[in-house]
Amino acid sequence: MERTTLDLWVGAFVVAGLAALVVLALKVGNLSTYNVSESYELQAHFTNVGGLKPTASVRSSGVLVGRVTSIVLDTERYEAKVTMSIDKRYQFPKDTFANILTSGLLGEQYIGLMPGGDDVMLKSGDEFKKTQSAVVLEDLIGKFFTSSVDAK
Amino acid sequence: MSAPLVEVRDVNFAYDSRPILKGINMSFPKGKLIAIMGGSGCGKTTLFRLIGGAIKPTKGEIRIDGQDMHALDRQGLYEMRRKMGVLFQFGALFTDMSVFDNVAFQMREHTNLPEEVIRDLVMMKLHAVGLRGTHDLMPAELSGGMARRVALARTVALDPMLILYDEPFAGLDPISLTVVGQLIRRLNDALGATSVIVTHDVQESMKIVDYIYFIADGVIVAEGTPEEIRASDKSFVHQFVHGEMDGPVPFHYPGGDYRKDLGVSA
Amino acid sequence: MPIVKSLRTIGRRSINAVWRIGYATRFFGMTLFYSGLSFRRFQLTVKEMFSSGVMSLIIILVAGMFVGMVLGLQGYETLKRYGSESALGSLVALSLVRELGPVLAALLFASRAGSAMTAEIGLMKATEQIAAMEMMAVNPIARVVAPRFWAGVISMPLLAALFSAMGVFGGYVVGVVNIGVDEGSFWSQMQASVDFQHDILNGVIKSFVFGLAVTAIALFEGYDAPPTAEGVSGATTRTVVQSSLAILMLDFILTAFMFQGA
Repeated sequence: MERTTLDLWVGAFVVAGLAALVVLALKVGNLSTYNVSESYELQAHFTNVGGLKPTASVRSSGVLVGRVTSIVLDTERYEAKVTMSIDKRYQFPKDTFANILTSGLLGEQYIGLMPGGDDVMLKSGDEFKKTQSAVVLEDLIGKFFTSSVDAK
Repeated sequence: MSAPLVEVRDVNFAYDSRPILKGINMSFPKGKLIAIMGGSGCGKTTLFRLIGGAIKPTKGEIRIDGQDMHALDRQGLYEMRRKMGVLFQFGALFTDMSVFDNVAFQMREHTNLPEEVIRDLVMMKLHAVGLRGTHDLMPAELSGGMARRVALARTVALDPMLILYDEPFAGLDPISLTVVGQLIRRLNDALGATSVIVTHDVQESMKIVDYIYFIADGVIVAEGTPEEIRASDKSFVHQFVHGEMDGPVPFHYPGGDYRKDLGVSA
Repeated sequence: MPIVKSLRTIGRRSINAVWRIGYATRFFGMTLFYSGLSFRRFQLTVKEMFSSGVMSLIIILVAGMFVGMVLGLQGYETLKRYGSESALGSLVALSLVRELGPVLAALLFASRAGSAMTAEIGLMKATEQIAAMEMMAVNPIARVVAPRFWAGVISMPLLAALFSAMGVFGGYVVGVVNIGVDEGSFWSQMQASVDFQHDILNGVIKSFVFGLAVTAIALFEGYDAPPTAEGVSGATTRTVVQSSLAILMLDFILTAFMFQGA
């Protein structure tokens, strides 16, 4: 069997196609940010997760530090239990605040971490003790109305 | 004489209960060139496909080299077909391959010959049909007569024992006609093969064949050597051989009253 | 009785349609069954990848570029109203990777390569090349159909990936270079919202399924085409119509499975 120019073209096509896939995965997708580096798992309980979804980002000071891996209802406490995987490079103190925040008015919801001052760091499998649930618009409006009625 | 290579015994064939062939008996001795003739639509192409094993007869059997063609499974049929060469009407060259690759096709598919040997064999086959110089061309670049000769070279690529030709003379100019006719005869004799030509070209085939079967309306109406056929006084054969317009094969397709169709009432 | 007559026609048509579906299924099964040769002699498949994949490259690249540019323009105009131009990157990338890449690339592939496959096989049949192959004891499904099938199935995801990549580049050119959206947020928003498994891998699976559907339809229509000029041209038209419909329907089904919930 001999090599032909046709093989060259098909080879170039296959290489270009695979390269496009790699570009999509690394440059467009987030493969570079969360599968490559090692991570550890942390948990948090929220009374209401609002619109938070698995794969939502976990940020601290605006920097992406991890992702939400699962959200389940903990039937012992009847609260949402959120598991997230955090990049090994980042460690957080035991008294870190985990808040569910929204990026922009209509943006996606994410978990924001506000580090405290404790000397002991959270280890894999630990839990954020201090959490703040998602702000639900209906509750907010409800509060606004009741408070304005009270004021009268 | 040795046993015939091909035996057709009492073969009947029908498309959806419409009979095409009725009680055909033929035998093709080894080394001979046989023609099956008849008008358009007489069932000769059906007979051709039956011999090739493409379709099964409704009744009767076809034996090739002692084997019942239609009792074979797919594997056996393919094995049998490797010993057969078939030239289709208009050649049926593979349009996406060069002349060389066309002739080499069966060698590459069925043998493990090294490429150098294949090259030599292809050149020999092409030389035999006088077209060695065209091996680089694509089939679309050949004239009709040349394409037919390349197809002929491809047909005999694996030195078949039985060669079937479906209308090998269709659409050829007089020179190509003679060339193809002579090649068919020469290849048959050189290979010691048996050839069957299905055709309606009387004059050309009369010059080269050993034996002729005439088919009309699904039955054999006449058979014999070219001399016997030429001398035949059967009206159908006479009309066919001499190309007369009216005779047992009527000029008019059966229709209603002519005057009525013209709107002229009597 | 006109009613009886039309009922009879409807009945015959439905029986024919069911019959044809059965035949197509058997044809597809045979293609898979006789696929060994396409891989043992991979050269056959490579040759077909040239005519279906490489020959579709230009149209895929150009179309991808323009679709990305349009997405950049339209997306910017819409996002500007909500003050979230920075989300342009994620809008362009998500629409391309999830939907437009696989779907548009498959539609283009159907009309560029699928129709050519149908016409080629239809003509091979009309000129008795298929019958000749059968008579030479070579199985045409293994030798002609299967390599084309696998070439299409392999080419399609590659083409879709190229389409998406070109589209992202087109969106970048319009959004960042022309309009002046912040380059950093363009890419970072994109990376934050596009998930490898959820979006990119699902896109690849989609295009793989589309490639399967388009080539299977194209090859069957070619193989089943009446051996006349009208027969082949009718089959070519049917290929484009049917595979386009198949792509859009399959896209709905796959999307419903892949992106529901989560």
